[in-house]
Amino acid sequence: MGLGLVLTAALVAGCSATDPDAPTGGSSAAAGGSEGIVIGVGSEPDHLNPVLGYAPDGASRVFDSLLVREADLSLAPSLATSVPEPSDDGLTYTVELRDDVVFHDGEPLTADDVVFTYETVLDPSVASPLAGDLEALAEVVALDDTTVEFRLEQPYVPFPERLTLGVVPEHVLAGTTDWDGVAFNREPVGSGPYRLVSWTAGDSIVLEANADYWDGAPEVTPVTFATTGDDQARAARMSAGELDAAVLPARLAEQFEDVEGLQVQRRATADYRGIMLPQEHPVTGDLAVRQALDLAVDREAMVDGVLAGAGEPAYGPVAPSLADFYEPTAERTHDPAAAEQLLTDAGWVLGEDDVRSRDGVRAELTVMYPAGDTVREQLALAVATDARAVGVDVTVDGLSWEAIEPRMGTDALVMGFGSPYDPDFVSYQLFHSSYAGQGFFNPGSYDNPAVDQALDDGRTAVEGAARQEAYSRLQTELAADPPWLFLTYLEHVYVVSDGWSGSDVEQVEPHDHGFNAGPWWNLQDWSAQG
Amino acid sequence: MRPRWRAVGVLVARRMALAVPVLVVVSVGLFGLVAASPFDPVRAYLGDRVMVTSQDTRDALAERLGTEAGFGERWLTWVQATATGDLGTSLVFRQPVAEVVSDRLGWSLLLSGTGLGVGLLLALVLGTLAAVRPDGPLDRAISTAAATVESVPSFFLGLLALWLFAVVLGVAPAGGLTDPGEPVTAEQVLRHLWLPAGVLAVLSTPWLVLFARQSLRLALADDYVAGALARGVSPRRVLLTHAAPAAAPGFLALLGARLPELVTGAILIETVFSWPGVGAASVRAALAVDVSLLAALTVLGTAAVLLGTLLADALAALVDPRVATDG
Repeated sequence: MGLGLVLTAALVAGCSATDPDAPTGGSSAAAGGSEGIVIGVGSEPDHLNPVLGYAPDGASRVFDSLLVREADLSLAPSLATSVPEPSDDGLTYTVELRDDVVFHDGEPLTADDVVFTYETVLDPSVASPLAGDLEALAEVVALDDTTVEFRLEQPYVPFPERLTLGVVPEHVLAGTTDWDGVAFNREPVGSGPYRLVSWTAGDSIVLEANADYWDGAPEVTPVTFATTGDDQARAARMSAGELDAAVLPARLAEQFEDVEGLQVQRRATADYRGIMLPQEHPVTGDLAVRQALDLAVDREAMVDGVLAGAGEPAYGPVAPSLADFYEPTAERTHDPAAAEQLLTDAGWVLGEDDVRSRDGVRAELTVMYPAGDTVREQLALAVATDARAVGVDVTVDGLSWEAIEPRMGTDALVMGFGSPYDPDFVSYQLFHSSYAGQGFFNPGSYDNPAVDQALDDGRTAVEGAARQEAYSRLQTELAADPPWLFLTYLEHVYVVSDGWSGSDVEQVEPHDHGFNAGPWWNLQDWSAQG
Repeated sequence: MRPRWRAVGVLVARRMALAVPVLVVVSVGLFGLVAASPFDPVRAYLGDRVMVTSQDTRDALAERLGTEAGFGERWLTWVQATATGDLGTSLVFRQPVAEVVSDRLGWSLLLSGTGLGVGLLLALVLGTLAAVRPDGPLDRAISTAAATVESVPSFFLGLLALWLFAVVLGVAPAGGLTDPGEPVTAEQVLRHLWLPAGVLAVLSTPWLVLFARQSLRLALADDYVAGALARGVSPRRVLLTHAAPAAAPGFLALLGARLPELVTGAILIETVFSWPGVGAASVRAALAVDVSLLAALTVLGTAAVLLGTLLADALAALVDPRVATDG
């Protein structure tokens, strides 16, 4: 008997059983006044230490950063009194700090803490996973208690985007040698709007408002993140009224669509999926094949089928939700007839088994995907079906990452990432020829001088319009000579109870979501409506 | 019947001495497997960030995490540290291993101990009832029910119970150790414990029932039972003083062998009920090749097996004079 049947029954029944005053219920927003919230997430963070990689893009709740991101992802001052401008040579950024900020233990936050934070990330002996984000940074210097100077190796326009990292207290962490075992990882001392109250490993993390917060104490408190690894079990906890909000897969969230008191929210992301096509492969190395496959794939059908509607088609590495940089003219329509024409014109002729070949080379390739990732698996299968329709034989192969990595130079791979914060992030490493063959950076050794030029221009163009032009050019060039088959942008789906003001402010999300990103990204600005 | 304390003492001492080389072999085996594992601990450490991390940073991390060292060297380092009481640092949880284990082990033991304890009581009662009138209607009902439950996947039964008791009836919380955000108090934990422990009890009962029934039936068929009955001893007394002690050793041996399940057997139930036990941590440690944590969990698991079988054998020797004590 199908497990799904019972689960569906569970969810249907669950909907009718949902009741804001359920005896087992968590806090309900409807009660008014200062209210707590319970948020159901699929996993808890491994640690809460910014220098080891916790919440580098802000919204860390426990920590403050120099800059924060507004709803439209533009940068705004936080610990810094203004968004810093580059010096004339583009090599220095000088940041003025607020002088009224204290850590949760009462110690003041000064320029020394900022310097300590960034120097720790740069320290080779710490080997912070964030070190790569700051590769442009040469040194950080405290000019006085409230002034920090960042000096770069070379001009790097998106640098302020890296100032959203949480600032850690030097007086707590100075002298740390065992960074993986330090108690701070689980008992963080920050200066942010919330402080950690308790962390029951594997069960829940409880935060409370920092009453002395310099920007005003948050109204919603306490905040409980309840960890429920299994999606079905999380849906059941939502049905039972234990959660006020939860991350859920689209197919499970559908059940809450018509439930009174709950809203299903879909949030746009910059997280895309696509097939990386290696240049050294005898078939995908041919431009005509890449262009033909690009026309043959039915992106809309993948969004509807594979993603249950929770996504949108992807035509390039810049998300449509990043309106400033998105180039709509680079979109393509699904056109298998044109794809077949392209292949025929390039000399790929249909054989008896309905698969094309040219000069004895059969039009076949293997698409690898990480085993266990069902979305990537289904995308690979959808591409195989679409490719077969135009005479290209695609075999899909689910493997562990360890088995995938050595083959990335010669076999196609379902990849994904994408950053909402700046079009330079990730794209430079993925498509610039200087990163060819370096691990997950440009594994297919794509080498296109026009693309290189556009990426370099984007890094150095100080003026906004010139940057927009550079990235518009990038998308056009990538469409003309596709390094990947860009397939879909994902949407993240949440269920949130009614009655929270502030829960409808949307922000385009990164890949990681749950504890930080999500409808609650701006939780410190929420309040319970009576 | 006089307990043979001395013989049992010798048995315990001999087994304890044997345990040391066994644990050494198991730990060497573990480090060997880790060295042969195709999984890359640096990738696991980085998580999704591996896609945006340069090879240089990955190499630097491999060096800092010490994952490049040879297997003999790593094992020696681990033995030396463990001998001084330092279990090392878990790469997955960025926390000392001792803390990872102590944060979770207690909850696993509480859940599995309660589940297995209740299951055991249930099994003894039902098994006895079934054995007393073999092939009677009660025996058939119990045996059929046991076989049915045994065939149901635990994940499925867990979700079913969650749906019925938490969502439909609303008489139990739908998971977690406490209500979200509530402090850990006895009242809270008990309220959250009964349903997963109950499911675990139901799941562990079938084999115990069938085994208890079988052991008792064999004992009841023995000549001395018939003799006792013929002498006019009441059936109730025969059951408790003659048959039960004879059936006990086999039953205890089975229990001892299942003791390790106290630690690991409840992984799926822990998942369904969001119970913060050691199960989920073990799975993550294995997938991420978190050597220190894996070593601690493996050695603990092995020790639990050794201790469980020893306890069972010692008890068996104490209650039944026919049981030999190894030598």
